[in-house]
Amino acid sequence: MDLNLVLQLATSGFLLGGVYSLIALGLSLIFGVMKVINFAHGAMLVWGMYIAFTLMNWTGIDPFFSFVASAGGLFVLGYFIQRTVVNRIMTFHEAMQVIAMVGVMMILENMAQLIWGPDPHSPHTRYSLSTIWLGSVMIDIPRLFAFLLAILMAAAVFVFLKYTDIGKSIRASADNRIGALIVGTNVNRVYAVCFGVGAACVGAAGSLLVPLMPISPHTGFPFKLTSFAIVILGGMGSLPGAMIGGLIIGVAESVGSVFIPSSLKQIISFGIMILILLLRPQGLFGGKGS
Amino acid sequence: MPLLELKEIHKSFGGLKAVSRVSFALNEGEILGIIGPNGAGKTTLFNSITGFLRVDSGEIWFNGENIVGLKPHRVCQKGMVRTFQLVKPFLELTVMENVVVAALNRAKTIKEAREKAMRMIELVGLEEKRATPATGLTLGHRKRLELARTLATEPKLLLLDEVMAGLTPTEVDELIGLLKEVNHRGVTILLIEHVMRGMMALSKRVVVLNYGQKIAEGVPEEIVKNRQVIEAYLGEEFASAQG
Amino acid sequence: MKIIYSLLGLILLILLLLPNFVSDYILGVFVLIFFYAYMGQSWNILTGYAGPISLGHSLYLGIGAYISTKLAMDLGVTPWVGMWIGGLGASLIGLAIGFLGFRFGLKGVYFVLLTIAFGEIGRLTALHLKPLGHMMGLFVDFKPGLANFHFRGNLPYYYIALGFMVFSLIVVRVLEVSKWGRYFVALREDEDAAESLGINVFKYKMIAIGLSAFMTALGGTFYANYIFYLHPTSVMSMWVSIEIIMRPIIGGIGTLFGPLIGSLLLTPLSEIARSYFTRAGLEGIHIVIYGLLLVTAVLFFPGGIFSFIQKVLKPILGESRES
Repeated sequence: MDLNLVLQLATSGFLLGGVYSLIALGLSLIFGVMKVINFAHGAMLVWGMYIAFTLMNWTGIDPFFSFVASAGGLFVLGYFIQRTVVNRIMTFHEAMQVIAMVGVMMILENMAQLIWGPDPHSPHTRYSLSTIWLGSVMIDIPRLFAFLLAILMAAAVFVFLKYTDIGKSIRASADNRIGALIVGTNVNRVYAVCFGVGAACVGAAGSLLVPLMPISPHTGFPFKLTSFAIVILGGMGSLPGAMIGGLIIGVAESVGSVFIPSSLKQIISFGIMILILLLRPQGLFGGKGS
Repeated sequence: MPLLELKEIHKSFGGLKAVSRVSFALNEGEILGIIGPNGAGKTTLFNSITGFLRVDSGEIWFNGENIVGLKPHRVCQKGMVRTFQLVKPFLELTVMENVVVAALNRAKTIKEAREKAMRMIELVGLEEKRATPATGLTLGHRKRLELARTLATEPKLLLLDEVMAGLTPTEVDELIGLLKEVNHRGVTILLIEHVMRGMMALSKRVVVLNYGQKIAEGVPEEIVKNRQVIEAYLGEEFASAQG
Repeated sequence: MKIIYSLLGLILLILLLLPNFVSDYILGVFVLIFFYAYMGQSWNILTGYAGPISLGHSLYLGIGAYISTKLAMDLGVTPWVGMWIGGLGASLIGLAIGFLGFRFGLKGVYFVLLTIAFGEIGRLTALHLKPLGHMMGLFVDFKPGLANFHFRGNLPYYYIALGFMVFSLIVVRVLEVSKWGRYFVALREDEDAAESLGINVFKYKMIAIGLSAFMTALGGTFYANYIFYLHPTSVMSMWVSIEIIMRPIIGGIGTLFGPLIGSLLLTPLSEIARSYFTRAGLEGIHIVIYGLLLVTAVLFFPGGIFSFIQKVLKPILGESRES
């Protein structure tokens, strides 16, 4: 086996893994607080992509700047979805929750198709093909930027959760829903902001992916499934777990393509997910018990 | 030979000894009470006896057989059944449906199970509620339902985990009568109870647990005068003041 | 109860005579109504009655479809026999997944994710198997004839699908009044209580998933011989699982008629929306509307439409519950 190739794949997987982490961070945040799996997560990613794409076409703003706009747009969308749908289904049977969230997914995904059309777009940026060399390893500039900005965004979310009042309430309700209720925070607002922040994470991630891959209304689906695997790996509701899990899955999928066709790379994520579910359902970084 | 005999059973969670070297025996036809302050390990003891938890060490002899390691459903099939401190009715099912499920443990046919279920429902006095889903029952009725369900499995030994908690005094009295009747029909009873009136009225013998250990055993009248027991319940100062 | 049985008999009679009065297109819609009612009912056995939520039933559909089709194309085994073999194959896979999930005590969303993971692994594997047509998919040779399960026009499929649907209703009704079905419901309601009352929770969950996978795979054979084209994306994606579970959930999960009622409502709706809006050049909008309906249905009938109907009809039909 060519060690250099492995190193190369590991690096590129690690960089993409940063974006995975950001996607999974949003999913895990939402699950941790509301115990609802956001099946619309992939569709939200696509909305983030199209917002950046549209801004680029209209104004020429680079997706690596407009990720802020994507995050903002998705925050509003997430807030709205939480107030109209999620907030009402939190006590329902889990199968009912799944169907409601699948309904939201269908609406978002196909609205994107109605607005932006079914055909894939591959926008070009100035630096699309530029690379730098780090020793014998070649690094894509767009991937590197995407990675750095994803980490930046995630750091911003951690700061928000740690230092703002509403962020603290979100963390409190993730640890113990009843406790936060007793303290008297406005729980509905906390939940809605939390869903908004989760959506903003995935929206920003969508924007960062624009220079890396073609956009189509159904691009989000495999990302959603991968982010399920990441969240299980890191521990449902564990935010550091989502970050590290994203990097692990990114590297594993990329390096795995040495052994299996890259169209099968998701099997690696699902294999890891099954093993973790069976052996350590609380995830690598989750607390004890599931 | 006792119906149930615990020999030095031990169960800890992490470093915490929830049940520590507890031994006692229970004869056929007896009613034995277990008391002790909150956190004394009573429910852990029940979970261990009925197979919901596996003991770390010790033996549990039931009806001439060591049942350590058996799953709860096997324990039930052997003739030992328990109620839950927080009642667990099948909420969406009617009273009748609830009890029929339990009766199927021994009944050969659905018809037989229905007949037996009906008798148990009459015994606990829920016949008017038999078509009501369990969601629509009061706590008192839910406790009766749970009792009917356990009895429908035809147990030799019944383990009751605080069946009287949360009931009105009248309901407690009715339940005492009911349990005496059940015992009279040949069912041995082991009960955890905080309602002292119920405990005194039913049990001939009492085991006291504190911090997972058995600190006393004897007839109820003596137990309530036992210095260690008073300490466990009310603190040392109170016991000293009593002299 | 009598009144319900005579009503059902009447409905069945109408359905048997219906092909004399409607067009082939309408018959086609009914084929799909019955097919999805059947698939929903098969899923309902596991999730609706016994409790574990599966979002990976496309795997069983795919296994059933591929096994019976490959047996027919390569070995000349008629699908009428092959479907049972496919059923057994799917059942074994279902039991394997169940064994892992239930032994390791996965519940709620954790079990959901396990089934999604296995479903996706199944799809990705199928996509890379040469005998299944690789990325091109598998075209089923059209050989009309009863023995080959291939027919021209919708009429024979109508009766076969009706047969499937009635079969699933009978299976579930028999379950409901039997020991198995009662145990299923008990462990759905409270596993600890069920266990304490002498029910082997693991065993009965295994029976439920085995039976559910088996029946779903039989439906897979029907699908293969009705559509004549199998591609892992069209038969084994998570989307297929969602299609399967949508109708029973909307109709009423864990109820006998929920899957049929859900299918009667959703299937024609999706057909009408699809043909109407596609003609209007607004591809995708039918799914948006469909999604809106799902969300609305969950928000306003969280117990399913069947329980709503039951509530409304209770004064007329009397008490149907056991008493």
